[in-house]
This record gives sequence, structure tokens and C-alpha cells, in this order.
Amino acid sequence: MIAIGDRAPDLTLPDTAGQEHSLAGPAVVVFTCNHCPYALAWHDRIADAARDYPNVQFLAINPNDAARYPGDSLEAMRERVEREDWSMPYLHDESQEVARAFGAKTTPDVFVIDAEGRLRYRGAPDPDHQDPSLNASWLREALDAVLAGEEVARPETDPVGCSVKWRQ
Amino acid sequence: MTVELLWWDGCPSHPEALAELERILREEGVEADVARVEIEDDEQARREHFPGSPTIRIDGEDIVPPGEGDPFSLTCRVYRTRDGRFSPLPDPEDVRAAVRRAA
Repeated sequence: MIAIGDRAPDLTLPDTAGQEHSLAGPAVVVFTCNHCPYALAWHDRIADAARDYPNVQFLAINPNDAARYPGDSLEAMRERVEREDWSMPYLHDESQEVARAFGAKTTPDVFVIDAEGRLRYRGAPDPDHQDPSLNASWLREALDAVLAGEEVARPETDPVGCSVKWRQ
Repeated sequence: MTVELLWWDGCPSHPEALAELERILREEGVEADVARVEIEDDEQARREHFPGSPTIRIDGEDIVPPGEGDPFSLTCRVYRTRDGRFSPLPDPEDVRAAVRRAA
């Protein structure tokens, strides 16, 4: 598990087409999934942020145990990407090693990493999953600070969502 | 009227669901205690026909009936609000409508 200021773990994971992606800051890593209402409620706001920050790498990572939650299988991820307009690759963390290395707790759980690879924000996208007008404000504030070379005023918030479904 | 809130600890929405449900019952002038039923494992989820947390039943009827073939398991339930958004909670107006039907 990493703390603010720590170097983010290296990661290389395949997307739904099998293409591998590695972390290259500045970046946003979002642990997310298909079956969680919190992840679904926040998805469009995060996807909009990915469109609004084209020079920032956005990686969505599904770490859930698909054996217990078939809605989070690679095939289900693939179907979703084909059905929806995704602005970021959707990566499959089948071994759950990346989620463990980051210390992901929920879906969604957002990590902002600067150009030096250090964690600068971790938490929820914004204060309320029910209010789309908030527009991932905490994530955007953190990104704006990182890109301006400034301190992030609110480096940590409590991630809110469904627990990551670890293998048993 | 019997009112039940079935919930699972792995999903954080149940306190908000309970508060919303109790608020709507008060507003509708319905005096009913909400029976809270914790679902703790997949076997209990199947036995209770639990499609996810939170699930609200009034007189035994799910206020938002799950789709045919939806699995019963420990999961957070995905609702749709009346304006089409995904939500971990049922739309308050769906709760209110169910309370009025049963009253």
C-alpha cells in the first residue's frame, strides 16, 4: 500500500483488446468495475476528466474476482467497452497484484500520480456520487495542482464505493 | 405493514437507505418499524432471494423487483433513478410509491 509522496508501483496490464499498458505519469489510476453502482455512478465524470486532460494518462483497472462476480469478467469488460464510449483503456488486473500494491480498497478508488511517478492524490472523485454536477472536482483539483507544479491542497479523501472483491 | 431492509456489510449504502426509508415512512404518516436483516454469506443470500444491498421489501414485496434471472449474491445493488442515473439507492419516489401502494 502506498502513501502520499511514495513512488507508485510499476504496472503493466492488458486492456480489453489484449494490448498492454504501463504507467507513465502524469497519470490517473482508477480502480473500478462493472457491477458496482458507485463505480457506475461516477464513471461518466471520470471519463469526462480523461477527455479534458489529454496530456494525462488515465488507466481504469478492474481488480475484482470474476469467479465470484461474473459481471466483472474480462468478457463482460470487453462487451462494456464495445457498448460504451470509453475515453481510457480498461485494464484487467486478474492476479489482483496491482490492486494490492496500490492498496485499493473500493471501486472506485482514484490515484493521481505526478510526472516523477509519485502519488499526489488518493480517494474519491468528488464528494457525492449522486451529484453529477460535481464533475469529479477533487480529482480535477488534484490534477490541476500537479500539472501546475503545486502542492495538492486536499491530497487524501476517503474512497467511497463497493469493496474490492478479493479472491478467497 | 411490514417493512424490511436487507443489507450486506460490504456495501456502504445501507445507512443512507435506512435513513431515506424512515424519512419517507414518516412523511407518509406510516408507523412501521423497519426490520433490518443482515445478509452475511452467499448461502443466506440465495435463501433470502437477496439480489444485493440494499433491498427494501414491503409486505414481502421488493419495492423494485429484480429482473428475472438476476443472481442472488453478496453484492451492491445497482438501481436506476427516475432520470436514468445509476445509483446505489432506489429512487426516493420509487420508495414513496411502494409505501403508498401498501398503505
